[in-house]
Amino acid sequence: MKLKKILPQFLTLLFIVLIFGFFTMNAQENMDTRGIEFGFGFLKQEASFDIQFSLIDYDGSKSYARAYLVGLLNTLLVSAIGIVLCTILGVVIGVARLSPNYLINRTASFYIEFFRNIPLLLQIFFWYFAALRALPMPEDASLLLGTSYMTIKGLYTPAPIWNNFDVFLISLILSLIIIFFFNRYAKRKQEEAGIQYPKFLISLGIFIIIPALTFIFGGVDLSWSFPELKQLAKTSFTYEGGVGIPPELIALTLALTLYTATFIAENVRAGIQGIGKGQKEAAASIGLTPGQVLKLVIMPQALRIIIPPTTNQYLNLTKNSSLAAAIAYPDLVLVFAGTAMMQTGRAIEIVAITMATYLTISLSISVFMNWYNKSIAIKEK
Amino acid sequence: MSKVNLLKPNRENINLFLALGIVFFSLGILDFYLNNFYEKNITGFLPGFISFFTPLIFGMIGLHFVRIEFSGIKKLDKLNKNINTSNFNAALSFCIILLLIFSIPPLLNWFIFDANIAGDTKEACTGGGACWVYIKVWFNRFMYGMYPNAEQWRVNATFIIVLVFMGLGYFFPLRFKKYLTLYYVIFLPIISFLLIYYLISGGEFGLEWVETGAWGGLSLTFIVSFFSLIFCFPIGMMLALGRRSDLPIVKYSSLTFIEFWRGVPLITVLFMSAVMFPMFLPDGTYVDKLIRVIAAIVLFEAAYTAEVIRGGLQALPRGQYDAAKSLGMGYWRLHLLVILPQALKLVIPGIANTFLALVKDTPLIFVVGLLELAGMLGLAKTNPKWLGFSMEGYVFAGIIFWIICYSMSKYSYNLELKYKTDR
Repeated sequence: MKLKKILPQFLTLLFIVLIFGFFTMNAQENMDTRGIEFGFGFLKQEASFDIQFSLIDYDGSKSYARAYLVGLLNTLLVSAIGIVLCTILGVVIGVARLSPNYLINRTASFYIEFFRNIPLLLQIFFWYFAALRALPMPEDASLLLGTSYMTIKGLYTPAPIWNNFDVFLISLILSLIIIFFFNRYAKRKQEEAGIQYPKFLISLGIFIIIPALTFIFGGVDLSWSFPELKQLAKTSFTYEGGVGIPPELIALTLALTLYTATFIAENVRAGIQGIGKGQKEAAASIGLTPGQVLKLVIMPQALRIIIPPTTNQYLNLTKNSSLAAAIAYPDLVLVFAGTAMMQTGRAIEIVAITMATYLTISLSISVFMNWYNKSIAIKEK
Repeated sequence: MSKVNLLKPNRENINLFLALGIVFFSLGILDFYLNNFYEKNITGFLPGFISFFTPLIFGMIGLHFVRIEFSGIKKLDKLNKNINTSNFNAALSFCIILLLIFSIPPLLNWFIFDANIAGDTKEACTGGGACWVYIKVWFNRFMYGMYPNAEQWRVNATFIIVLVFMGLGYFFPLRFKKYLTLYYVIFLPIISFLLIYYLISGGEFGLEWVETGAWGGLSLTFIVSFFSLIFCFPIGMMLALGRRSDLPIVKYSSLTFIEFWRGVPLITVLFMSAVMFPMFLPDGTYVDKLIRVIAAIVLFEAAYTAEVIRGGLQALPRGQYDAAKSLGMGYWRLHLLVILPQALKLVIPGIANTFLALVKDTPLIFVVGLLELAGMLGLAKTNPKWLGFSMEGYVFAGIIFWIICYSMSKYSYNLELKYKTDR
């Protein structure tokens, strides 16, 4: 009996140790013959390559560690934008999929079936190499909404120029804290005395008024810098001022959003369909308004079905953002596992760091979503 | 004839309201149509942004007039019920109709009416639409990569033989049915491997040797996904069992393995197989790139398969284990004869979805320099003779992948219905 328990474990252990031992020994030998020493010291060396698009101050004289940070931030940026947009789009499409309106219903399901069944990489290629390449050159671009230019070199939008931005930021955080306490107070009042405040309106008011006050009293000032066409050479034009969003980022965000939204839409649909009709009827029969039915009865239950698979989709989106490397958007994979590895030749360290980074991001998203899921789960007695 | 109240269309004046509704509706469509395709704005005398919204306003008024409850006309009632229940719904429906009018004619023009397919040079493409000549000329490359033209029958033959062998299982006589799993899990992979090794790769029996670097196009997509599937299945099964094991070392090593692969993107795994893996092998050993890539995808997908199978194992009631144990079955007999057959039946749709994801992931192998369909497109796009046709290429690839993936997802949905057993 005891042998039955020990033997398989011993064999597993032996297998793992042998494989790892074999790999480590070979790696050691290979690195010895090539004169490379294992270690992370190279991170401090000068990177001496440029990155097209970075959120923080970076140039070739900075270290590899800095380049890593640039790549990581770019990955996080595109994932964050993608997650927000695909959630919005996914919920809209998912609800539309359930609409009794035949046209809306069909359009939504056509959208889902269409974008879901084409490989993401092809979609990224399509947007980047085919669709966005059809845009006009900077000098021919026309104004969009009176402020922005959509060109083959990217989207140029006005950039905000802040005075005393930190005061404004503090006021935003402050208003959020006040809203949090107000909502707690309102909930207690309702539970104790049955008094209902117009929670949403008051919260919105707080959120607008407090930051607005800083403009008057806090010395906060906002002006815009608009993109302006500038001639570099006879046929070469560019825009100065404003923010330039590179076409790589646009293509990647578009593809990731459109692709992931189909899966989220299906989750939303499944979640709402998973709630029994009786729930809705019961809620209506005790006199709740349709809005309240959705907010107090349907959504809390549907969310429990929706969230776990949606978490998976967020994780997928984050991991899929690594396809950026295919269109040269400087994300973690392209900057670090691509350029930096070519230059340093430190395959093992760099791939290990890259993988560890993605593992950390994935784990943090799933820990956060698990926490959120737990907080809305049924509290059974 | 009762009094006509324009705000409340009623049944008494149905003809009037129908006529008004149709007039307004057509006016809206006409306005939109002229605006978009002839650049004539018949409502241009109105101030700027109102004339922009006139089609919508006309359409909504039209739909408002025809919204008559119990009109007695079956088609109208059906229409109202489906797309015209309220003003909001009417607005949405009308927007979608406008969107269709806006997008379908140009798309059709691009795809069919203005497109060129005759001829075999770039110059043959004169129309403003798609240049299908490009696809026609490059078709062989898109399907077979750099595989020599004269040898392409070998690829076709391999696929046909493998398909025949796959279909053969369906016609097994009843007394051989119990070996079906064995046939699909062990016999078929071996046959396919031998076929690919001797027929596609060649080098023996008088066949010319074709290196794996020359394989490509859609056939490579099939080869990679097929092999990945048949190898990731048994590994995933072992991992799923390992994860549910009572033995701590087995359990936690499976768990770490699964969570590790699920936490990293496939592209980094492919990078690993391309640049890091050779460092882990003794100096001088060379493993073919294609094999390394397939191994990487297998390990990656095995983790996902394991989670799917674990779902099936968890769905089985405790009683199945207890009953099997009470008959004196050991671990392996219990799993092979009782648990796995039931669990696998439950997870067939899940496995199909994993396979679907796998097929959609195969274009990624371009990062290590293997050119399947998407990779070949990238190559064709940069050919100086054929610049500027990337749109046609991606549309073509998109259609092919869409057909493959859509039929697979429909098939998996049918399987799901077929194997749905009530418990």
